[in-house]
Amino acid sequence: MTTKSKPVNEPGKVETIDQVVIRFAGDSGDGMQLTGDRFTDESALSGNDLSTLPNFPAEIRAPAGSLAGVSAFQIHISDHEILTPGDAPNVLVAMNPAALKANVNDLPAAGTLVINVDSFDERALAKAGYETDPLKDGSLSAFRVYEIPMTSLTLEACRPTGAKPRDAERSKNFFALGLLSWLYHRPIIDTERWIVRRYNRVPIVAEANALAFRAGYNFGETAEIFESSYDIAPAEHLPGTYTNVTGNVALAWGLLAASHLAKLPLFLGSYPITPASDILHELSKHKNFGVRTLQAEDEIAGIGAALGAAFGGALGVTTTSGPGIDLKAETVGLAVSLELPLLIVDIQRGGPSTGLPTKTEQSDLLHAMFGRHGEAPVPIVAAKTPSHCFYAAIEAARIALKYRTPVYLLSDGYLANGSEPWRLPDVESLPDISVEFATEPNATGTDGEPTFWPFTRDPDTLARPWAIPGTPGLEHRIGGLEKQDGIGTVSYEPANHEVMVRARAAKIAGIAKNLPAAEAEDPDGDARVLLLGWGSTYAAITAGAKRVRKAGKSVAQLHLVHLNPFPPNLGEVLRSYEVILVPEGNLGHLTRLVRSDFLVDAKVLSKVEGSPFRVGEIERAILQEIERLESGAAVPDASGQVDARGRGPAVGGSSAEEAAL
Amino acid sequence: MTDVAVPLTTRKDWASDQEVRWCPGCGDYSILSAVQLLLPELGVQRENTVFISGIGCAARFPYYMNTYGIHSIHGRAPAIATGLAVTRPDLDVWVVTGDGDSLSIGGNHLVHALRRNVKLTILMFNNQIYGLTKGQYSPTSEVGKITKSTPFGSLDTPFNPVSLALGAEATFVARTHDLDRKHMIETFRRAHDHPGASFVEVYQNCNVFNDGAFEAINRKENRADMLIPLEHGQPIRYGADGEHGVASDGQGGLRLVEVADVGEEALVVHDEHRVNPSLAFALSRLATGPHEPTPIGVFRAVERPDYGSLVDHQLLEARARGGAGDLSSLLRSGATWNYD
Ligand SMILES: Cc1ncc(C[n+]2csc(CCOP(=O)(O)OP(=O)(O)O)c2C)c(N)n1
Ligand code: SF4
Ligand SMILES: [Mg+2]
Repeated sequence: MTTKSKPVNEPGKVETIDQVVIRFAGDSGDGMQLTGDRFTDESALSGNDLSTLPNFPAEIRAPAGSLAGVSAFQIHISDHEILTPGDAPNVLVAMNPAALKANVNDLPAAGTLVINVDSFDERALAKAGYETDPLKDGSLSAFRVYEIPMTSLTLEACRPTGAKPRDAERSKNFFALGLLSWLYHRPIIDTERWIVRRYNRVPIVAEANALAFRAGYNFGETAEIFESSYDIAPAEHLPGTYTNVTGNVALAWGLLAASHLAKLPLFLGSYPITPASDILHELSKHKNFGVRTLQAEDEIAGIGAALGAAFGGALGVTTTSGPGIDLKAETVGLAVSLELPLLIVDIQRGGPSTGLPTKTEQSDLLHAMFGRHGEAPVPIVAAKTPSHCFYAAIEAARIALKYRTPVYLLSDGYLANGSEPWRLPDVESLPDISVEFATEPNATGTDGEPTFWPFTRDPDTLARPWAIPGTPGLEHRIGGLEKQDGIGTVSYEPANHEVMVRARAAKIAGIAKNLPAAEAEDPDGDARVLLLGWGSTYAAITAGAKRVRKAGKSVAQLHLVHLNPFPPNLGEVLRSYEVILVPEGNLGHLTRLVRSDFLVDAKVLSKVEGSPFRVGEIERAILQEIERLESGAAVPDASGQVDARGRGPAVGGSSAEEAAL
Repeated sequence: MTDVAVPLTTRKDWASDQEVRWCPGCGDYSILSAVQLLLPELGVQRENTVFISGIGCAARFPYYMNTYGIHSIHGRAPAIATGLAVTRPDLDVWVVTGDGDSLSIGGNHLVHALRRNVKLTILMFNNQIYGLTKGQYSPTSEVGKITKSTPFGSLDTPFNPVSLALGAEATFVARTHDLDRKHMIETFRRAHDHPGASFVEVYQNCNVFNDGAFEAINRKENRADMLIPLEHGQPIRYGADGEHGVASDGQGGLRLVEVADVGEEALVVHDEHRVNPSLAFALSRLATGPHEPTPIGVFRAVERPDYGSLVDHQLLEARARGGAGDLSSLLRSGATWNYD
């Protein structure tokens, strides 16, 4: 946080800063996500660029006041373009001792702590595992600490509503929001209106929240405990209309857009699972778009129903996360065999098994790639930012429809719940992804009559015709048994099986022909190190590369949206760099794929801590690689792969050994 | 109404050109014939008819029908058919499944399709055995069944498929058997015409791995005394001269009686439309297996809006309320701001 002081009028001093990272932390019952969401909207309206990172526990209501129950929301706001929610907060708002304890280690020295002192009683301290009161034992001396009795001030403010203290006390998150809104000059009128709208059914709650919000704001202004308040100028933006969007909402809207662009009704078959459920929730709201959502009895039924809908000519989609993906595997294989369009949306989370259900990870790539029996290739598209989920959904649908294939669309918990301002596209500019159903016979039967062969192929795309029930003369049966090339009847003939296996593989591989060529971004033009990424690491990788370039070093960056097939020239691009560093939220999925596909010595930079990469972690790793190159070590180091904290190796295969061969 | 000539079809129109590959003598052949004989009578069109199956001998059925069809994966046909039926209410969607397919691996999907009342006609070929995998016991096999996987006899209590379907809130439940073409055709017709999910258990002989499983009740000479035909509105009686019947057991269940002993007035009158499924359930419990007098026919046929219609109704309501969806306004439905 850099600051420029500027003389200002009474009552308070105002400083202008270029950016700040704020983390709201409290008990999961304290409404921290809501507080963060409101602060985000206020910041968007202020014209700042922003990026957010919610972080909540897996339990709905972990014991109040416990470390397990701490819920946090981090927001990065600035007057210039930013990509990530920030490596560490500058300001930590801690609503109770557990929130302080769980988060204070992330706060750098001289950071600001805003603490609700009312919650620091002996019991709460003990629950959080504090033996002594950190407010008194000097352990917070490195920080600027503001102790504010938020609970009692909230109770006082809410007294006119007549709400019982136990109820009024719940408005304290709005007090905190009001206070921070004052501190960073957020517009408050929208939040006040929002409170009225949101709580219109319970006027007493609306009133209490509004009073607490206003009290927090006024407290900042009048209590004079803050040396100054802060102004953050609007960021420069491309002209246009913007909205703030989370990845899951963008993805749901992308599916609606895809249905519109394909001129096909949308069908979603899904079983609730974190962090994918919000897509089901969002789509279920928009029935006026003609979308049918089925909350199925399990994930297998969800994908089965979507496949059935696809057979009938709908855009069939299923959404889930790790455990659900495992269950769907057999049906994905069936879809490969039937050659019907289908979208499988995987919002990845920490695994194996139930793993870290609310935390992000990128560890399903190899499952999407290979997680089926038999030769069953499936195209994979990965979203890279929250708003990109919209476009990725359209692209995944385009491929599915054009090539009559199931397509994996990968997102993750970080993208799903994180948000960013999105410059809205002109709907007219979105691609037409519509395809034609077969309507006429395409072959002649043994009786000399025109007939329909469901497994003939388009010479260009190798896609088979999509003939939907209701079309006279095109009746046909398809199934999971191997089909005779062309005519599509059951065939156990060995040579035909090989033909079909190869045809299905060639069809998916051939998608690459129409993909944009991979182009590494290398503004200096002389980079020796390439950062190769996919999915949600985009923000941290891009920001890390920027920092390195700012420091006068060159680094190139390439971020893949298409993971199967890869862009047609990927091997060529990769081979033109001396070092390929692959930051990914797993132990080396993309790394393995490019190593085996292109025989390049890609190294993984792993992180599997349930949280996205910090920019600093990426920056450090790049600098290390550059240093090694500059120090004359032409051959990559023998230590192999490292994780974000410098631990390694993560993927087998010593590069030194290979170089020696 | 103008008279539109419905093109007439014949049995031949409904048969595909694929060679039927069930074992010679398999009960599946007569079920296939019954369906192919019925369809021309229904006045439906091939292009609007879809057969969806899972895996098993029974599940080969769609290949033999000259309609649209999917031979899918083990147990999942009701789920796949649900997606099709909900998005394409204009189609007649049939599900053909086996006792293993529908009650073992696919039990979950079956009960939920019935509960939701998806517009599907589900024909379950019950041969009390796993045919395709060469003769392991199935969830309908009787206790003590000796098979390759149970050389010392099976231990687990079988499902009673009719009871199960009734417990799953099915609106149409019936039973028929592969030796009575006429009864099959009439039962399938009723199932097809039912406006919701219909479930038909078809006793089917697997002459290779479970030959004669239903002989005790459905051989011509046994039928009169062993099959209890259910007819709506009629006292339930059976026997060559209707000398046997079904009466209340005074404890909420039913019992088999001699009409001469109890008098005609004591016989239970079948009411397939009764909303409360207790009577239908009690009927399903009369026989513990196909070796005792067993009711056949329609156990239950009640009306409840089908799932697809309810879904469509919500779509129409949403349109009426909010107008057809507009993508551009959707993207602008949250807080927005402009930069020039
Ligand atoms: C996922 C899966 N598990 C197991 C099988 C093997 N399998 C094929 S059919 C079958 C049982 C079929 O029994 P049933 O449904 O009664 O049909 P039938 O052959 O008796 O008509 C089994 C276990 C399979 N195809 N797929
Ligand atoms: S194994 Fe049994 S059920 Fe299967 S085809 Fe042969 S006789 Fe019919
Ligand atoms: Mg069977």
